[in-house]
Amino acid sequence: MKFSVKVTLKKDVLDPQGKVVQQTLQNMGMGTLKSLRQGKYFEIEITENDEDKAKKMIEDMCKKLLVNLIIEDYKILKI
Amino acid sequence: MNSSVIVFPGSNCDRDIAVALEKLKFKNKMVWHKDTDLPKSDLIVIPGGFSYGDYLRSGAIAGKSNILNEVIKAANDGCLVLGICNGFQILTETGLLKGVLLRNKNLKFLGKDIQVKVINTENKFCNKYEKDQVLELNIAHNEGNYFTSKEHLKKLENENLIPFKYCDKDGIINDESNLNGSLNNIAGIFNDKKNILGMMPHPERMVDQVISNQDGVNLFTSLLN
Repeated sequence: MKFSVKVTLKKDVLDPQGKVVQQTLQNMGMGTLKSLRQGKYFEIEITENDEDKAKKMIEDMCKKLLVNLIIEDYKILKI
Repeated sequence: MNSSVIVFPGSNCDRDIAVALEKLKFKNKMVWHKDTDLPKSDLIVIPGGFSYGDYLRSGAIAGKSNILNEVIKAANDGCLVLGICNGFQILTETGLLKGVLLRNKNLKFLGKDIQVKVINTENKFCNKYEKDQVLELNIAHNEGNYFTSKEHLKKLENENLIPFKYCDKDGIINDESNLNGSLNNIAGIFNDKKNILGMMPHPERMVDQVISNQDGVNLFTSLLN
């Protein structure tokens, strides 16, 4: 079973990398660009066939290593 | 005093700190991250560097290594723990210290001598310094921008858990001297019991007049005091 995990910085955490990318795109003429935040993306395959159990395991991975909950949020999706 | 320096793949200040410790008469041992036993230690040092190439987040992978379980146990039993630079990042990733080190505010790697002010001297690490003394130490980091929750920041200030703050040459704590953008100019913090210190500047680089200055010496002699 395959899942994707999207990790993004929390709203009130400064994202200097995203800001520089945003400014660059705006400088390139992308005038309608309102805001941009940079994040991380993981694709994870596990051998568990029960979807609920599998999701819980992914959640555990997020909390224990993939995500720093002080500054980051995450979203798990089945793919 | 017995000290242990934990070595990870990518540590690059491990030998510097060992030289500093031995110079100041600590009995030091190097401990590889895969080891599961910690030698009897009064002080554990997690050195600077780029453990695991800063993969995922600075310090995240090192924070899950075998030896860190032992470090966490020892720290909870009151052993003194010093995390410098990447060591500070690792300590926040393990939860031994609260908060996180974000990318520097200007996105640049900062490698230079800077000033910090000694804010708190009533602890094991700083008792040989004078309060408000201005030290010149070296920084070399990309992620040194200390961030934490509002509640924790308030606690750090109220309970005097901040030993060092970035300042200018006259000891004035201002935005200009806060190169990495840390909250309240924080250069280092303690845990509640003050047996764990995490700091971004490198005191071990300032122990010999021939190559730098000796502003880092008193941190180590404080521990021996």
